[in-house]
Amino acid sequence: MIIATYVKHVPDAEARLAADGGRIAVDDHAYALDGMDEYGVEAAVRLKEAGLADEVVALAIGPARSEAALRTALALGADRAVLLETDDDLDPLAQAGPLAEATRACGAELLLVGGKQADWDSAALGPAVAEALGWPVCDWTTELRLEGREVAAVHDVDDGSEAWSASLPVVVTTQQGLNEPRYPTLPNIMKAKRKPLERRPLTATARVVTLAAALPSRARRGVRLEGDAATVASELARRLRDEAKVL
Amino acid sequence: MILIAIDHAHGAPRRGAFELVSAARGLGSDVAAVVLGGPEAAPVAAALAAFVPSVVHVDDAALDHPSHERRTTALASVAGELGAEVVLLVAGRGGQAVAPRLALRLGGTLLEDVAAVRRDGTAVVAERLAYLSRASLTVRATAAPVVVSVKPGAYPAAAPADAPGSVASRSVAFTAADDAARPGERRSVARGRVALEEADVVVCGGRGLGDAASFERLVVGLADELGAGVASTRAVVDAGWRPYDEQVGQTGKSVAPKLYFALGVSGAVQHLSGMNRSGTVVAVNKDGDAPIFKASDYGIVGDVREVLPALRAALAGLD
Ligand SMILES: Cc1cc2nc3c(=O)[nH]c(=O)nc-3n(C[C@H](O)[C@H](O)[C@H](O)COP(=O)(O)OP(=O)(O)OC[C@H]3O[C@@H](n4cnc5c(N)ncnc54)[C@H](O)[C@@H]3O)c2cc1C
Repeated sequence: MIIATYVKHVPDAEARLAADGGRIAVDDHAYALDGMDEYGVEAAVRLKEAGLADEVVALAIGPARSEAALRTALALGADRAVLLETDDDLDPLAQAGPLAEATRACGAELLLVGGKQADWDSAALGPAVAEALGWPVCDWTTELRLEGREVAAVHDVDDGSEAWSASLPVVVTTQQGLNEPRYPTLPNIMKAKRKPLERRPLTATARVVTLAAALPSRARRGVRLEGDAATVASELARRLRDEAKVL
Repeated sequence: MILIAIDHAHGAPRRGAFELVSAARGLGSDVAAVVLGGPEAAPVAAALAAFVPSVVHVDDAALDHPSHERRTTALASVAGELGAEVVLLVAGRGGQAVAPRLALRLGGTLLEDVAAVRRDGTAVVAERLAYLSRASLTVRATAAPVVVSVKPGAYPAAAPADAPGSVASRSVAFTAADDAARPGERRSVARGRVALEEADVVVCGGRGLGDAASFERLVVGLADELGAGVASTRAVVDAGWRPYDEQVGQTGKSVAPKLYFALGVSGAVQHLSGMNRSGTVVAVNKDGDAPIFKASDYGIVGDVREVLPALRAALAGLD
């Protein structure tokens, strides 16, 4: 059984952003493998280590710099990598078709995708690629077991959690709680440089266009209340009622 | 026409349903609601008829707690039959899983987790956050129909319409692919407290609470008094003090209550991204330089163990 795991190269949380002519500009050095995708890489590698998978293929869509995210995935244990290279800012629906095709091309029957992407703040790619593949999707997954061709999972739903099962092939979106991702070791980082990484040009048309971009900062009152606990507490209670009018 | 997909629980629409009515009315007057589920959903459909001109009840017990695939198929069939130009869903977990599938199935576009949606001529344009909620983008869909998932709390709940609408029942045919996933047992975590996303007041505790018992006493205690939702940071969840479904932030829930208390919370970017749309923010932290103060309306530099009992007393003393 082959597992494909999607990785995205996204700005890290502390990256400096600028609103630049209708788009968001990010300092080029502040990109990393999306933390949400690390859970998927880890899950795939563990399944392989447990003898339940034969190969782990890391897939990425994005500009040339995305190779760094793929190299990280390789250092974490993926066997090979494929980059669908594009400079276009493709929305998740526009990525779904090419990602589905790449998943089929490598023969994968389990595709792992991070639950939410830190650039678009989007949870759409997993369900969208599942639709393009015609496979069921288990979203926001916190437990994942494989027995033969049966997948047994637990995932978060709107007001709690739910057991979920299906036969392969499936798409699973990953998140915190699924596992504790390992760190790449130096020898593995060195080894990753020699693992196969294939680059294929991608042409696709965005379905969503960005008309304007801004970095809003909500104006906060910024009031500091000082004094002993009883004094600041009654001052706060009064202000919440009379000034902010929220009580 | 504008189609809204109604979430419901225990025979009543969820609050998000009425927020979608508000969003839909801003897009046009030809609004229909679709309610999925067996007989238990009939009162939901009836309730919605007071708000929109037409309600479609897909009356099938196979749609009680359905898989995303069944839900997609049911919504796609109704949207197709009615010729919906826009389909609105609540951007909860379920809605965010169904909306992309539905958009692809209909050959349309997805505008995801939007804070506002409007028409610009014939185009549908929306405002949404990106980059861990640090940036706001104005986005336009390039193809119809447009599926829009609307952020919970982004719109006020609508008032009933002047004239009541009609309810029609229909059925839907599922395929084998719709039945590939088998949703199983559900564990609900509502615990009788107001759902986090629907709460007007949210009390969030961080690692500064010290331990699970103090969290329970101070944070949950204040929340109970205020009828508020309880939230926590990832540090608290990782420490095992609180369940994951209370986590607010990048990997947790995104909330926008009228009033948000951040108690013993440092204010990491990943946490702020889940709460920075809140109305009024109160922070209590013993470190005056904690980043949470920059994101707050009212800040108290002090020890939660002293400030919180005093605050409970002060709030109880307000008349
Ligand atoms: C990929 C990724 C995703 C993440 N997602 C999330 C997320 O969804 N949600 C989230 O919250 N975090 C998330 N994080 C973690 C985030 O970066 C922070 O580590 C976390 O928010 C810190 O939680 P905290 O504020 O409770 O703890 P800390 O940062 O340890 O802060 C504790 C605060 O309490 C104060 N304090 C201590 N004692 C007292 C006292 N007696 N009285 C008053 N104040 C006191 C301290 O001064 C300090 O400011 C994520 C991180 C990553 C890398």
